[in-house]
Amino acid sequence: MSATGYNFAYLDPQTKRMLRRALLKAVAIPGYQVPFGSREMPLPYGWGTGGIQVTAAVLGRDDVLKVIDQGSDDTVNAVNIRRFFARTADVATTDRTAEATVIQTRHRIPEAPLAEGQIMVYQVPQPEPMRRLEPREAVTRTLHALADYGFMHVKLYEDIARYGHIATTYDYPVMVNGRYLMSPSPIPKFDNPKLNRSPALQLFGAGREKRVYAVPPYTRVESLDFDDHPFSVQRWDAPCALCGADDSFLDEVVLDDAGGRMFVCSDSEYCTSRQHAGHTGPASNNMASARLGRGPASS
Amino acid sequence: MYVAVKGGETAILNASALLAQARRGDPAVAEIDTAQIAGQLRLGVARVMAEGSLYDEELAALALKQAAGDQVEAIFLLRAYRTTLPRFGYTVPLDTARMAVRRRISATFKELPGGQVLGPTYDYTQRLLDFSLLAEGGAPDAVPGVEPLPDTLPRGTDLLGEEGLIEPELPLPGDPAPTDLSREPLGFPADRATRLQNLARGDEGFLLAMGYSTQRGYSHTHPFAGEIRMGEVALEVVPEELGFAIGIGGITVTECQMVNQFAGSASTPPQFTRGYGLAFGEAERKTMAMALVDRALRCAELGEDAASPAQQAEFVLSHSDNVEAGGFVQHLKLPHYVDFQSELELVRRMRAEAAQPQAAEEQTA
Amino acid sequence: MTAPGFCVNAPLLPGFAQPEDDAQRVFRVLLDALSHPGRIHTVPLALEAPAPLATATGAAALTLCDYETPLWLQSPDAAPWLRFHTGCPLVERPAQARFALIDDPATMPALADFPQGEPEYPDRSATLLIQVADFTDDGLVWSGPGIDGETTLGVAGLPAGFWRDWQRNTGHFPLGIDLLLVAGDRIVGLPRTTTIREA
Repeated sequence: MSATGYNFAYLDPQTKRMLRRALLKAVAIPGYQVPFGSREMPLPYGWGTGGIQVTAAVLGRDDVLKVIDQGSDDTVNAVNIRRFFARTADVATTDRTAEATVIQTRHRIPEAPLAEGQIMVYQVPQPEPMRRLEPREAVTRTLHALADYGFMHVKLYEDIARYGHIATTYDYPVMVNGRYLMSPSPIPKFDNPKLNRSPALQLFGAGREKRVYAVPPYTRVESLDFDDHPFSVQRWDAPCALCGADDSFLDEVVLDDAGGRMFVCSDSEYCTSRQHAGHTGPASNNMASARLGRGPASS
Repeated sequence: MYVAVKGGETAILNASALLAQARRGDPAVAEIDTAQIAGQLRLGVARVMAEGSLYDEELAALALKQAAGDQVEAIFLLRAYRTTLPRFGYTVPLDTARMAVRRRISATFKELPGGQVLGPTYDYTQRLLDFSLLAEGGAPDAVPGVEPLPDTLPRGTDLLGEEGLIEPELPLPGDPAPTDLSREPLGFPADRATRLQNLARGDEGFLLAMGYSTQRGYSHTHPFAGEIRMGEVALEVVPEELGFAIGIGGITVTECQMVNQFAGSASTPPQFTRGYGLAFGEAERKTMAMALVDRALRCAELGEDAASPAQQAEFVLSHSDNVEAGGFVQHLKLPHYVDFQSELELVRRMRAEAAQPQAAEEQTA
Repeated sequence: MTAPGFCVNAPLLPGFAQPEDDAQRVFRVLLDALSHPGRIHTVPLALEAPAPLATATGAAALTLCDYETPLWLQSPDAAPWLRFHTGCPLVERPAQARFALIDDPATMPALADFPQGEPEYPDRSATLLIQVADFTDDGLVWSGPGIDGETTLGVAGLPAGFWRDWQRNTGHFPLGIDLLLVAGDRIVGLPRTTTIREA
């Protein structure tokens, strides 16, 4: 028991054992969704309860935890989850990707490369990659059993016929180790290549839907595509306005009512580290930098 | 002007302080206490206990106070507390035939042993605002003398059972332990015990709408309210070292047994079928709706088409929980700007591509 | 009530000194082991498990087993300790087991005798803890998820034909069982995705 009167990391030992058993099976069957007895958490379903339960099951006193939402350590939901674990598990927290042993994330993979020994925990709203095409769980489970993913390909091809593009830009489906079709969670497809053969262990938790799944280190993760329409990621015309990075996912920031806008790194820690290291972008000395709170001098 | 989400911690703490202030309201007005809530808002407390899956009037009242009367928020608070509690064991099944009845009515028989017992009901109140309650009403008039009720009343539906006119309610072969939905994920197909557990925790408004839809032709099941009863039932456990049941207390429950028409099949002679509803506390609307939905969900077992929403188990059971639904609907207010940015980039690109051939056409024209 | 083979009056060895923290640390070792098949991990605590259980076997059982996990024991000697500390039900047949503890691989049942899962639910399968004599530097080449290319590790103390049995196990993917090989306080993960060939 911690000072809060609740268990270490909130969950009781029995629940943790159940989750831990599910996680070991998830690692043994990469990309397969393991059902688990998801518990009500003190945060609402849809707000990261799956990721929180996975983190609670793996977290120990020596871990260093990083929590991001939309790539940023400072969004309210990330702050709230970090506070939750600081309060119930008294663990060290960080915003430095390289220092973290466990990284819980919603919607992004950090830009800095992950290392062996790190654990990524993804918050997953809808673990079933085919759910939008087939709402019935009984049917999608059979399709996974048969590895029958034909209609997912048909859907993507219909996009090409209709729009000239695959119209899926985030939560873009992947094949794990050539067997299971998997939702990478709603990360932008920009991040999909980072899933492939990552040295980190990647765990996925869907609390409301009561599923966990995993991608072990060095595991093949391929985004679905076609010979004549190979998978490609988003690109921007200009680098990050604050740090000049041309290899990161950029958020569009609306500056005024006159249509003024700029593009800045979505990974706030990556951007800040680059600025500290002396990198600059087109708007580095602009007032917007201070307003955004990303510049080294801001408070 | 764009304000980046920074200083989140301060913002969260400030929001909590504002919330506490708003909850308390005008400090010149006396603060409500949980005993008042439990005693005077008992139906609100009952719903929080039923859908919060925890029978504790004081904690449910506390949850309602903390949630400023928001039932779904109070249910969530109670569930999140409940999930941390150790589990000591399971009671033997409640025996509602031995209920100390405070209300028992049947719409199928004019007269039945023990009679119709109206009890505390809004049914025949004329819905006129009682302005005397604006002032402190004082104690209500004493209830005029009524005959004391027998200790137990037989269930109305059992009378049909004696004639074989209604399907018997028998345990499954081997009497398997039911799924515990608070510890195991819902799977499909879900057996009836699992479905009933889900519905018992389900949102009253959702069940009401689903049950209502069956009355309007979306899988009509010809229901009659066979019996509705409310009162106190004993809780009993069998300690391993004793080997027999001992009472550990009692709870208030409401039970509804719907009697539904059934034409019979090649293997079954015509008989009535049942829909069942049970919930903590006084919860008549909820248990009636639950019984309608339970009966609709039995379509496969009874050889009926599953053409209507209320008959589709995966649809009904996956969407009945207001803690799940409330969380996921409201998660849309969390930032989604990475996903939105991805869509924005694609839409801009597709618009640019769509404009190009058009521009080319205009040039050649 | 007395069962043959053990004395009810003998005091039981203690379990984890710090149940919550020890279970977490052991779990991370198990998670690491299954995430990096063919790599030797060490259980970071001094647990004295009753014979014939090795430290790592006992630690893994205390970490993962409880009343929800039917356990099959090859030899019954540690049953009272496991029952007392985990509350897990003991089962007679391998086919009923969620976990199984093997202390004498030479006489163990075939891998196919344990639950393999179902096509829709391959996770409903057994995990075996098999105590081997030792790990050696070479002999077998391991590949699959969790391994960057290939890795080499030998295992001493497994019966002839074991690896042919393993090959059959991996051939039914996603069905199959998962193994944790134990020697003393050392442990090596062998999930159903790992392919093994002779060096």
